[in-house]
Amino acid sequence: MNVEGKFTPQTWPDSPEKQTLEGKNKFLGFWLFLGGETVLFATLFATYLALKEKGSSITTEELFSMPLVFAMTMLLLSSSLTSVYAIYHMKNYNFKLMQAWFLLTVFLGFGFLCLEIYEFYHYVHGEHFTYSSSAFSSAYYTLVGTHGAHVTFGLLWFIALLVRNAKRGLNLYNAPKYYVASLYWHFIDVVWVFIFTVVYLMGMVG
Amino acid sequence: MSSIAVKKGFGAILWEYLTTVDHKKIAHLYLMGGGFFFLVGGLEALLIRIQLLKPQNTFLSEQTFNEMFTMHGTTMIFLAAMPLLFAFMNAVVPLQIGARDVAFPFLNSLGFWLFFFGGVFLNLSWIFGSVPDAGWTSYATLSLASPGHGIDFYTLGLQISGFGTLISGINFLVTIINMRAPGMTFMRMPLFTWTTFIASTLILFAFPPLTVGIFFLMFDRLFGANFFDVAMGGNAVIWEHVFWIFGHPEVYILVLPAFGIFSEIIPTFSRKRLFGYSSMVFATVLIGFLGFMVWAHHMFTTGLGNVANAIFAVATMAIAVPTGIKIFNWLLTMWGGSIKISVPMLWSLGFIPTFVMGGVTGVMQGIAPLDYQLHDTYFIVAHFHYVILGGVVFAILAGLHFYWPKMWGTMLSEKIGYFTFVFFFIGFHLTFFIQHFLGLFGMPRRVATYLPGQGLELGNLISSIGAFMMAVGAISLVYNIIITVVKNKKVGNDPWGDGRTIEWAIPSPPPFYNFKQTPLVRGLDTYWIEKTEGKKELTPAEPLSDIHMPNNSFVPVVISFGLFVAAFGAMYNPLNQVGDGKSWALPMLIIGLLITFGSMLFRSIKDDHGYHIHKEDLMDDEGGESK
Repeated sequence: MNVEGKFTPQTWPDSPEKQTLEGKNKFLGFWLFLGGETVLFATLFATYLALKEKGSSITTEELFSMPLVFAMTMLLLSSSLTSVYAIYHMKNYNFKLMQAWFLLTVFLGFGFLCLEIYEFYHYVHGEHFTYSSSAFSSAYYTLVGTHGAHVTFGLLWFIALLVRNAKRGLNLYNAPKYYVASLYWHFIDVVWVFIFTVVYLMGMVG
Repeated sequence: MSSIAVKKGFGAILWEYLTTVDHKKIAHLYLMGGGFFFLVGGLEALLIRIQLLKPQNTFLSEQTFNEMFTMHGTTMIFLAAMPLLFAFMNAVVPLQIGARDVAFPFLNSLGFWLFFFGGVFLNLSWIFGSVPDAGWTSYATLSLASPGHGIDFYTLGLQISGFGTLISGINFLVTIINMRAPGMTFMRMPLFTWTTFIASTLILFAFPPLTVGIFFLMFDRLFGANFFDVAMGGNAVIWEHVFWIFGHPEVYILVLPAFGIFSEIIPTFSRKRLFGYSSMVFATVLIGFLGFMVWAHHMFTTGLGNVANAIFAVATMAIAVPTGIKIFNWLLTMWGGSIKISVPMLWSLGFIPTFVMGGVTGVMQGIAPLDYQLHDTYFIVAHFHYVILGGVVFAILAGLHFYWPKMWGTMLSEKIGYFTFVFFFIGFHLTFFIQHFLGLFGMPRRVATYLPGQGLELGNLISSIGAFMMAVGAISLVYNIIITVVKNKKVGNDPWGDGRTIEWAIPSPPPFYNFKQTPLVRGLDTYWIEKTEGKKELTPAEPLSDIHMPNNSFVPVVISFGLFVAAFGAMYNPLNQVGDGKSWALPMLIIGLLITFGSMLFRSIKDDHGYHIHKEDLMDDEGGESK
């Protein structure tokens, strides 16, 4: 199938992300990459649990503020939902709505990132809880910060895709690109669910 | 426009290699890069053996000795053995499954250049004068206390080359899953493809922990983190766990492809199909699985407790079972075969008893109470050289002779090959067999010298003589390569005469598109089946039609170079533990990362659809020459 050919909603194939060999390879390769990322985060989680509150005078209960983290969680979870809508429209060959939902995803993700930056700023300047304060602080910032870096990268990725393809619409060349970017975004969301549970919830009650 | 080559100038060839995305050219790059680092690592080994030639020798200072064994181990594992195996994987696996290239040709090139720049960065430590000195395992207790920037070269260099390895691993997985020719079911895949597949899975799950561990160590030393700093609540044992969760699967990442190479060579020269194919596949998968369950056997003496030690001891000994299955299958492949001795076959014959010896000492160390006696002695050194050298390096040397015609279109001299084997094989056993006893006599590893009158003189002398014999073997191999390249006598499709798998049915070296028509696979040992039916070519699975090819790209070099620049910035940043922060360091770090991410963005937004070779040009092309 011609990768740059024009389609109509009627001729647009099912699973457009897997119609070309390149697309199939990208799809599988990205899933495998996420497998490796899972191990990467698992190692960070294990280290965080081993070093939790070690060398630190401040406890997790004193440090974390649930309303802020709850707001962050809501923003990121709903951004995952909006990216599902975007992919739904991608599958229906509705380029404009797909772009719009992805744009909303970017805004929500950006909101999350701003709150995370505010959170870190507050810890550093309000609580004097810096990266070098203790083993606990290093492990905390590395785990949550690695996730934040993934969010940042995901946002830049979405923006690059949205801008690059704004004028030309969907085809079988860029459909897999949108698809794997949304996979990445879901993965980031899942990692956050674990961070919310292991770091924040268990930090408040554990 | 035909693809028949005209003689190219040096600049054009260099540019071709800098931008190539062809798996066969990338295999050449891996072979040259890995070969270079193999010689560097070998030289370091010789210097170690000169220092240990006699008691209280002063050839190397204690500090230089520490640097030498650290760099020897790190270079050999990360910069020699793995890239050399990647060379064969790249050269052979796409051909064995009937594919025109790997799944991600661009990422294949990126993987190589990341390895290359990482390796160069690590070795620049010699020029900058502070060299990693905490052993290849770089335990945090030692490495945090190491003065100078040596350890930073280790962390940054391995981080860069580790990304490359991870990318290559994913690439091979997708290639093998998605790109197999029609009829090439999983249970018809040649064993080298199978072992590459399992080794790539191990890479996918073992390298991320290494990335994280190295990140911890890097940030502890350079950016004021406290992961391993006990005074700040850190825990140095975390490094040991994370390192070995990577490090033990790494052993199988190396040895499984080595098993694969032998599993190709032994049936070829026994002229008999591999005995117990399914059990070989099963054993490979099982070794890969168990490989993740045994990391703590490197830490028996750390003090994890009896229960943990017992569990890991049992798991360790369990690995001997699938490995034993493999050994017996190789023996039974030869049993009743019409054996032809050649250089690759000779290495395979040498490998079996050598590897069994290494395996037996491995089981001995798996017995936790005995390990308390053996730990950190030369017994360990002897053991892992028996498995890594006797397994992996023997396989690389066997594979080098075996696949040389397929990679370069010429044949290495058999005569010189026998000379290499005799010197290297005898030298190897001379060097390392005696080290078992040195270890049992109490000689600790990683110590720069020993006292006279403790019964260690003779053993060390013999060991050093063996090392020089190996050096003679290695030099004869280099000589062999040089005269073969100079003579440049071309060979045909199947120079060994008994090739069984698809790669031997196409020209040596194959044309840049590999197959004019994708082959149809009708069973295990595809080419052998065709031969038994009197055919000289593979059965095509498709009519002759246009072939889609990827474009060359210089971007991988730029992406890798950006990280190389950023690594210098990170090393001299103002927060670093050594205290020699520079004002230019942070800008340099940012510029390096901008180069990397900028070129990734460039790659993303600039469409790259590749090009087509037209049917008419394919019909003109006799297919003997690569582009």
